[in-house]
Amino acid sequence: MNIHEYQGKQLLRQYGVAVSNGIVAFSPEEAVKAAKELGTSVIVVKAQIHAGGRGKAGGVKIAKNLDEVREYAKELLGKVLVTHQTGPEGKEIKRLLIEEGSDIKKEYYVGLVLDRSTSRVTLMGSEEGGMDIEEVAANSPEKLFYEEIDPVVGLTGFQARRMAFNMNIPAKLVNKAAKFMLGLYQVYKEKDASIVEINPLVVTADGDVLALDAKFNFDGNALYRHQDILEMRDYDEEDPKEIEASKYDLSYISLDGNIGCMVNGAGLAMATMDTISYYGGSPANFLDVGGGATAEKVTEAFKIILSDKNVKGIFVNIFGGIMKCDIIAEGVIIAAKELGLVVPLVVRLEGTNVELGKKLLNESGLNIVAADSMADGAQKIVNLVG
Amino acid sequence: MSIYINKDTKVIVQGITGSTALFHTKQMLEYGTKIVAGVTPGKGGTEVEGVPVFNTVEDAVKATGANVSVIYVPAPFAADAILEAVDADLDMTICITEHIPVLDMVNVRRYMEGKKTRLVGPNCPGVITADECKIGIMPGYINTKGHVGVVSRSGTLTYEAVLQLTDAGIGQSTSVGIGGDPVNGTNFIDVLKEFNDDPDTYAAVMIGEIGGTAEEEAAAWIKENMTKPVIGFIGGQTAPEGKRMGHAGAIISGGQGTAEGKIKAMEAAGMKVAATPSVIGATLIEAIKEAGIYDSCKTH
Repeated sequence: MNIHEYQGKQLLRQYGVAVSNGIVAFSPEEAVKAAKELGTSVIVVKAQIHAGGRGKAGGVKIAKNLDEVREYAKELLGKVLVTHQTGPEGKEIKRLLIEEGSDIKKEYYVGLVLDRSTSRVTLMGSEEGGMDIEEVAANSPEKLFYEEIDPVVGLTGFQARRMAFNMNIPAKLVNKAAKFMLGLYQVYKEKDASIVEINPLVVTADGDVLALDAKFNFDGNALYRHQDILEMRDYDEEDPKEIEASKYDLSYISLDGNIGCMVNGAGLAMATMDTISYYGGSPANFLDVGGGATAEKVTEAFKIILSDKNVKGIFVNIFGGIMKCDIIAEGVIIAAKELGLVVPLVVRLEGTNVELGKKLLNESGLNIVAADSMADGAQKIVNLVG
Repeated sequence: MSIYINKDTKVIVQGITGSTALFHTKQMLEYGTKIVAGVTPGKGGTEVEGVPVFNTVEDAVKATGANVSVIYVPAPFAADAILEAVDADLDMTICITEHIPVLDMVNVRRYMEGKKTRLVGPNCPGVITADECKIGIMPGYINTKGHVGVVSRSGTLTYEAVLQLTDAGIGQSTSVGIGGDPVNGTNFIDVLKEFNDDPDTYAAVMIGEIGGTAEEEAAAWIKENMTKPVIGFIGGQTAPEGKRMGHAGAIISGGQGTAEGKIKAMEAAGMKVAATPSVIGATLIEAIKEAGIYDSCKTH
C-alpha cells in the first residue's frame, strides 16, 4: 500500500526524523491559510499523487507570495498530472502539500529496501540525489552504498555514520544525517514498510539535514497490525475494481485486453495470461481467487471481471489444491445465472474434487465450453472472442 | 530414493484443528503419509482424525519421534510456529501459510542461522515424494513414482507440470514447492543440489516466475555443477512492469526480475526453456531424449 508524501512526512515527524514544515490542503483557500500559518517568504506548492516524477511534470511550484500560492493551487487542483510513472492517462490532483521553501545546498538519496538474496533489510545511500536510483545503480554504481541490517540489533550508529561519510555528507553534519537514518529505520521496522525512499535528502544552508520528499510503500500482509497506516489509504489513487477485489481478498490487477481471467494461484494466473497471449489473445486482467475461495467469492470475482466493459469473454482456469473444483463450479453457476452472463465462458477444471465440479457444470444447463487443458482453454476462448 | 521426505518420514501438523488443516490432514492420511501428531496450543490431549494433539511441538516430538512438521497456522501466528519447529530441532518444517508479513520472515531467517531445521516455504504447496509421502496441499492423484524432480515457486504451476509428466508416462521422484514469497527458507539451488546428489533423480524441471534474481542464480549454479538435464519455465512473460502479480515476490521493478532476463540466463546455462506452461512436459521429454535417458525415465 502506498501513501502520499505529506502522510509519509507526518510519520517521519512522529519518529523525530527531520522534514520541512508543511500542511496539506484540499482547496486554494486552505492552501493560502496553510501558507499564512507557515509564514515563510518562499512557499512550495506540491501536487500529492501516488507517483514519482511530479517535479518534472509541473506538479511542484515555487510561490513567493500568497497570491502566487492561490494561483498555483487553483492551477494544480483538479488538473490531471502525467508523469513517467502515471501512464498516459495521468492522475487527477486532489490534494496539495503546502510547504516552507528550503535553501538547498546539496541533494542526496537514502532508501531502505528488502534484499531478497540476504533476506535482510538494506540501507542504500548515494550523493547522487534527485534522480532515479536505478539510473545511479546503472551509471555510477561506485556512488551507491549499502549497509545490511541485522534484525537483532537493527541499524547501528556506526553503520549510519559510515553511510553518511560514504555519501560525502559534510563532516559536521554526519551525526545529524546518522540520526536521520536511524529514525528512518525505526519507522520502516515498526510500521512494516516494504520500501522507504527519501529522494532527495537535503543539506540546507542553515545546516539542517532533512527529507524533501518521502516515498513509502507498506507490506500489505502486515496492515492488519497497523490501523494508523490503513487509515492513510487514499482510495482515489487506486483502481476501483482492484479496491472491490481486495474487499473479497481477491488478487486482481487490471490489464488492457478483452479476455477476462479467473485462476487460482498467482503463478498459474500469470501463466494463463502468458498462454492467452501466446495464442494471439489479450488478457483483460490478472485474477487469483486464492486458496480459500467460497462460492460467494467466485461470484464477486465474476462481477469484477464483468464490470470491465472491454471484456468479451472469460476463461476460468482452476487447478485445485486447496481449492476444491466443486466450489468453483458452484460459484461459476451462481454467478452466470445471477449476472445473466452473455459473453462466452470457457472453463478448465483439474485437481481436488474435479469430477464433482465437472458434473455440476454439465448439469447446470448453462452454455459453458469445457476445456481439457490450459492450452486447449486458451485457444478456445481466443477463437470465441475472435 | 527421493529427496527430503519418504515413507519413513513422521509428520506433525501444526495448527491441526483449523478447517484447512483438517481437510488436508485427511487427504495426507489417505495418501499414506505418516502423520503422527498434531499441535494446537490448548487442545493437547485431544484427538482428531485418529491423530493425537499436543500443546507444543516439543511435546509432540518427545511423544512420537516426529522429524518433519507442516504448518497451516494463520498468517499472524505462522512465523512463531516456524520458530517453534526450529526450536524443536526438526529436520524440516514446511510452511503452507500465505500472507506472512515480510519482516516476520526476516526475523525467522535470522533465528534459523546455525540451527538444524530446513524451512520450505512459506506460501508454498508443500513437498511430495510420489507413492510414499505427501506433505502439503497438492492433489495426490496427479503424481506418479519415477525419476524426474520438480522444483517451483508456484503451487498450481507445479501441479500443471506434474500432471503433464504423468500424462506422458514420466514419473517423478520428489516435487518441491519453494513458495512465492520474497523471503523463504529453501531456494532453487538448495533443491537442485539434492536432485543432483539423489541417485534416483535423473532429470529436473525448474519453474520460476518474474521478480527477484533466484532463477538467474540457479541457472549459474546449474551451468557450473549440475550433471543432470534441467529444463525451465518462467511465469509472467506478459506481466507489465511495476504491477505485483499476486505473489509478494512477483514484481518487475527497475528493469530487474524480468522473464526475458531469466529465460536468457537459463538458456545461457544450456537449459531448454518451455515457451508456454503447456509444453513443460514436452520440453522435459525433449531434453531427456537428447541425454539418452528417456527410456529409463519412462515409468508407465
